[in-house]
Amino acid sequence: MARPADLLRKLGHATVERVWRLGFAARFFWVVLLYSGASFRRLPLTLREIYFSGVLSLIIILVSGLFVGLVLGLQGFEILQRFGSTEALGTLVALSLTRELGPVLAAIFFASRAGSSVTAEIGLMKATEQLKAMDMMAVNPIARVVAPRFWGGVISMPLLAAIFSAMGVLGGWLIGVVFIGVDDGSYWSQMQSSVDFRFDVWNGIVKSFVFGVAVSLIAVFEGYDSVPTAEGVSRAITRTVVTSVLAVLALDFVLTSFMFRGTS
Amino acid sequence: MNRTVLDLWVGFFVALGIAAVMFLALKVGNLSSARLSETYVLQAKFDNIGGLKVRGPVKSAGVVVGRISDIRFDAETYEAVVEMTIDGRYRFPKDTFASIFTAGLLGEQYIGFDAGGDEKMLQAGDTIAKTQSAVVLEKLISQFLFSKAADGQDKK
Repeated sequence: MARPADLLRKLGHATVERVWRLGFAARFFWVVLLYSGASFRRLPLTLREIYFSGVLSLIIILVSGLFVGLVLGLQGFEILQRFGSTEALGTLVALSLTRELGPVLAAIFFASRAGSSVTAEIGLMKATEQLKAMDMMAVNPIARVVAPRFWGGVISMPLLAAIFSAMGVLGGWLIGVVFIGVDDGSYWSQMQSSVDFRFDVWNGIVKSFVFGVAVSLIAVFEGYDSVPTAEGVSRAITRTVVTSVLAVLALDFVLTSFMFRGTS
Repeated sequence: MNRTVLDLWVGFFVALGIAAVMFLALKVGNLSSARLSETYVLQAKFDNIGGLKVRGPVKSAGVVVGRISDIRFDAETYEAVVEMTIDGRYRFPKDTFASIFTAGLLGEQYIGFDAGGDEKMLQAGDTIAKTQSAVVLEKLISQFLFSKAADGQDKK
């Protein structure tokens, strides 16, 4: 007789745990925002984090953006050729990059490149009790350690997404115009006539900003909340990447359905 | 890490990001060509707008002179009311003819202006009186078939 009750208790425990964690994350977000004044008054702290999460992610963003553009160019040309409208290659590459692929893929690469290292750093600081030591010295660890990393990620993310999209468009141009031989003029002019700055490019930037907030928050939260052991830190890093990717994809669907509903 | 080197790299990164945004805005997007600094609004009523869409172009002699800003349905006259934002540099006479054309066989639809000879110019908020609706392919085909059928009966 005890088994069904046991199962129910386990379910209840798991649910309460999840909701509690969610609430803790929300309160943590609020506290990070509250103590983020220091990360702008002492700008070198944030600049250092922009270096670690932004500049060091440049290589992966540049290379993967270029290759995504190359693949889009090849596949797009192959499909458009069937409809005899290969001039629309620029439109295809630019729209899919600025609207979706740029922000989403950049956010995923950012989560695995920078988010995981932020989690590892904060988790190790916690495991080696550096955070506690800071607290002892009346230095708020959230203001000193967490908030600069959060803002560094939030600032880097839209820039990385824009670089990714730009590289992708250049990659599509490289394969389409230089190697296959689509007309150079029509590649750019068709693109310009169908890509709207406010509607397509700006919405992409808004998306990447939202993804930046989500990924950075998940990264610092998982690090701060990790179990302070070697195993706990490694689990926290895994959770950062998995949760970030899922959150980015889910948020992308919600944002897309609000931004690009119905029109054109 | 040395502070100046770090600053240099962050500066390089931010400059690269801004350059990418500028590239997307100017080279990929149409911010440079479609910047309508001063605009005015015109209206036109059509019986049928076909597949016309908001943000579609308004062209005169093939040059984009404005964008379609709003499409409404007028429940009293059962007509479509199309609102267009026209570049302030261009003025059109009162008897301008507004028609809906299709770019290519299956391309996007746009409004074309054919300027008339009137001395008075259209003012902001005016409604264009002379319009021609979109060509609906089904109607065209059925007209063609009916005329063919009528021809066949005449010959008997």
